[in-house]
Amino acid sequence: MRTVAIIRFPGSNCDEDSLRAAEFVGVRAHYVWHRDTTLGGADIVILPGGFSYGDYLRSGAIARFSPVMEAVQAHAQAGGAVLGICNGFQILCEAHLLPGALVRNDRLRFASRPVRTRVERTTTNFTNAYQAGDVLTLPVAHGDGRFAADPATIAALEAEGRIVLRYVEGTNPNGSEHDIAGICNAAGNVVGIMPHPERVMEPVLGQVDGLGFFTSMMGRTAGSLA
Amino acid sequence: MSTMAYAFANERPVTPDVIAEHKLNELEYSRILAMLGRTPTLTEIGVFSALWSEHCSYKHTKPVLKTFPVTGAQVIQGPGENAGVLRLPDGWAVAFKIESHNHPSAVEPYQGAATGVGGILRDVFTMGARPVAMLNSLRLGPLTDARNRWLFSGIVKGVGDYGNCVGVPTLGGEVYFDDGYSGNPLVNAMCVGLLRETDLIRAAAEGIGNVLLCVGARTGRDGIHGASFASEDLSAESEKRRPQVQVGDPFTEKLLLEASLEMITGGHIVAIQDMGAAGLTSSSAEMAARGGVGVEIDTALVPVREPGMTPYEILLSESQERMLVVCEPHKVADVTAICTKWELACAAIGHVTDDGLYRVKHDGVTVAEIPGQRLVDDCPIYQPEARESEMAVARRALSPTQADAPVPTALERLLAAPNIASKRWVFEQYDSTVRSSTVLGPGGDAGVFRVPDTTFGVAVTVDCNARLVGLDPYEGGKATVAEAARNIACTGARPLGITDCLNFGNPQRPEVFFQFKEACRGIADACRAFETPVTGGNVSLYNESPMGAIDPTPTVGMVGLLADITTKVPSHFQHAGDEILILGITQGALGGSAYWADVLGCKGGTPAMIDLAAERALQEVLITAAEERRVSSAHDCSDGGLLVALVEAALGGPYASGRGCGVDLAGYADGLGASRLAFAEDGARAVLSVPPAQVQALLDLALAHGVPAFRAGQVSDVDGRVRIVRGAHVLADAAVARYKSIHDQAIPTLMASGAAEG
Repeated sequence: MRTVAIIRFPGSNCDEDSLRAAEFVGVRAHYVWHRDTTLGGADIVILPGGFSYGDYLRSGAIARFSPVMEAVQAHAQAGGAVLGICNGFQILCEAHLLPGALVRNDRLRFASRPVRTRVERTTTNFTNAYQAGDVLTLPVAHGDGRFAADPATIAALEAEGRIVLRYVEGTNPNGSEHDIAGICNAAGNVVGIMPHPERVMEPVLGQVDGLGFFTSMMGRTAGSLA
Repeated sequence: MSTMAYAFANERPVTPDVIAEHKLNELEYSRILAMLGRTPTLTEIGVFSALWSEHCSYKHTKPVLKTFPVTGAQVIQGPGENAGVLRLPDGWAVAFKIESHNHPSAVEPYQGAATGVGGILRDVFTMGARPVAMLNSLRLGPLTDARNRWLFSGIVKGVGDYGNCVGVPTLGGEVYFDDGYSGNPLVNAMCVGLLRETDLIRAAAEGIGNVLLCVGARTGRDGIHGASFASEDLSAESEKRRPQVQVGDPFTEKLLLEASLEMITGGHIVAIQDMGAAGLTSSSAEMAARGGVGVEIDTALVPVREPGMTPYEILLSESQERMLVVCEPHKVADVTAICTKWELACAAIGHVTDDGLYRVKHDGVTVAEIPGQRLVDDCPIYQPEARESEMAVARRALSPTQADAPVPTALERLLAAPNIASKRWVFEQYDSTVRSSTVLGPGGDAGVFRVPDTTFGVAVTVDCNARLVGLDPYEGGKATVAEAARNIACTGARPLGITDCLNFGNPQRPEVFFQFKEACRGIADACRAFETPVTGGNVSLYNESPMGAIDPTPTVGMVGLLADITTKVPSHFQHAGDEILILGITQGALGGSAYWADVLGCKGGTPAMIDLAAERALQEVLITAAEERRVSSAHDCSDGGLLVALVEAALGGPYASGRGCGVDLAGYADGLGASRLAFAEDGARAVLSVPPAQVQALLDLALAHGVPAFRAGQVSDVDGRVRIVRGAHVLADAAVARYKSIHDQAIPTLMASGAAEG
């Protein structure tokens, strides 16, 4: 059975939600403190959302220097699966595990609302339960969510099929280039997304569109999508 | 008992000027002299000034607050602690409190609002509860003014940035605009936390020899005399108070939250209290008084941000994100280890004593020594004169000078009025889904969150119709609690209790104290009728500026229990073909209505009387109907009256398309003119949509509770037409998308005009 390590930085606040989401689909999950230097034998790493170190400098800029990030780097370089959600995505960019950067939303205000996103790539450890083109309603909640990169990087991401998730046209909440909501590295094992699938897992809370990100980790399908 | 203290090096002698500067009057100073039997030191004057400020002592309001009902089977902790606590099923409990941060927000909106959120979060987690929901009530002058837009932007961003960073979802709130708040905006923040009843901890210092620790941020010179600042009118001079507004650090707050809960649930500590208003002074003095013990602290041991701070400054600093912790001597190592893990400063600064004295030393020299219990209890209590002003009486006799507007036109103006328009611009700046427990988010009658690993949830709301309170404080107080309870009951939850934030003007003016007394009487009567005890809260007086006093604004925060979250009821129409029912009747009173104020420019008249028995009966129908799964939606009928409530229910909520509806009101309040039918703001009413198969059962249920029910029409398709008539007379007839656009765009359009501090 696969196990997931949820990295806890000081200021992480979606750590519990991510752990519960993983357990909800039957994946074994445990926390790893940012000062730890090993991942506890995990197959998959999740960098959860939050405000690591308060994000007072640049989002994710300090967390990348946490001791645990060396282990995360090694895990990623060995082809291990890594998912960064929101602040986790920001940290992955700061750590150069993903290209580009997440900068202040174009309207300069925090954006918290459900958005419609389209699955663009299904050959990742986190999206294989979806069909390409599936439209998911997922919540976003961020102030620094606008994906920015130089034109050559954006062109490469497009050409190599490394855009994993895209805001449906007209619903881009932050001015992200090319409506990018999530990308992966060249090998496809490191994925970063701004929306929060871990918050939309249970029918009783209204939406279940995030379920597939977690069932994908088990390599099984998410069932029918609304 | 005689006490002795020495002046700190180079401190000013205590002269009449110094006493006046500290806002201590003659009576108060003579009590201090009698208590000490000597001239106090400057440090002691600072301590008395803080603890005997209105903010800490409630010296004008205590006798009135004592009239609130505070008991009930559900009450675990009533007023007097950092937060109230009510019992939930399965060993769970809910801790909650509301607090104001008005004066700081008036001069520095971003930090003022942010630190307001920080303070209320700490009040909740010092009870051993994990904060799981935030709400807020914001009051500002009209958005047509650039300075008000500046205040509004700053306040909303401050509230959002703090709560978002700590990771607590904002599930509801209210925003209200009126001229009276132009010089004196109100920021009331409410926090709701969950705990296991067995983890409850109180802020009473106990155990002679136990150690006092200062945990969290270092102490700086910010916020000195904040409690006194909050206890005076705002003036042109208030701008100079800006350096006294504290600066918030939500990241440290998050660490402090985790560390505090680890200390509490691990059984490492005896007591804990936030260093909030009046900082170390009030936290140490209040904890000692609650425990019936003395304390001795040495201010030279407090971790400080800058060298050379005097004991006076250290005692009165309101630097944020600090806690005072009491633990047994052998637990100091455990507490220190937890603080080290969370990268927080932690220092032993004193201990609990058996002599009942509040003693402060600096480097071993006693700079303050005061009988502890008397320091907290002996502040003079004032019974100000209460008398309604003739102007207030005259306002009730007013009626509009303008003729009635055509109903369809007036409806559109009300939907665009900022008090009624969509608050998306606000709540989309607040994370409302973190913690993955949100059952009903902002934009409906009340927020609901799930209690982890259970089937039940908690409904939360904040409400106050200040216009009604201004016109008739007693009825307005009742109306405020009634509206909160209706909002809770609309979701299917049963109201459990309230916390209140009483924002008023200067209590030494008889007309203001009349408003205070009467509004509290109304709140108390309603709480008794609904069996929703008052569990605590906050009083904010002196909300006056050169532009005048605010309307009296007793904000009520209420929590309720939703026994089975799968029975939750949303506010908006859900299914084509559902029947629309109106519960409750109208007498047609337009006094204090949004229609008169926003359409006809008249803020006066006699508001509707609140029938508490009818309110209670309506709540029972709403709760039972939800439990029996007989309703698709339920929406409270309040600001704007029946027509606005019907259209709001059709709008579908912030993230769904609207639905059309066909409604004929012929047969409902036939004797009333069209404007009164459409816009009167009687209480005890709700708009329901009900599956056809459930209509008869619902009518029977209403009848059994004596609640009048009127079959008004039907819900139609997504993006359909809203057509509301009274026989041949058309009250509303437009595509729902048109109403939605008016409702959605009003506030963003106003805010697009830019903001300026000037």
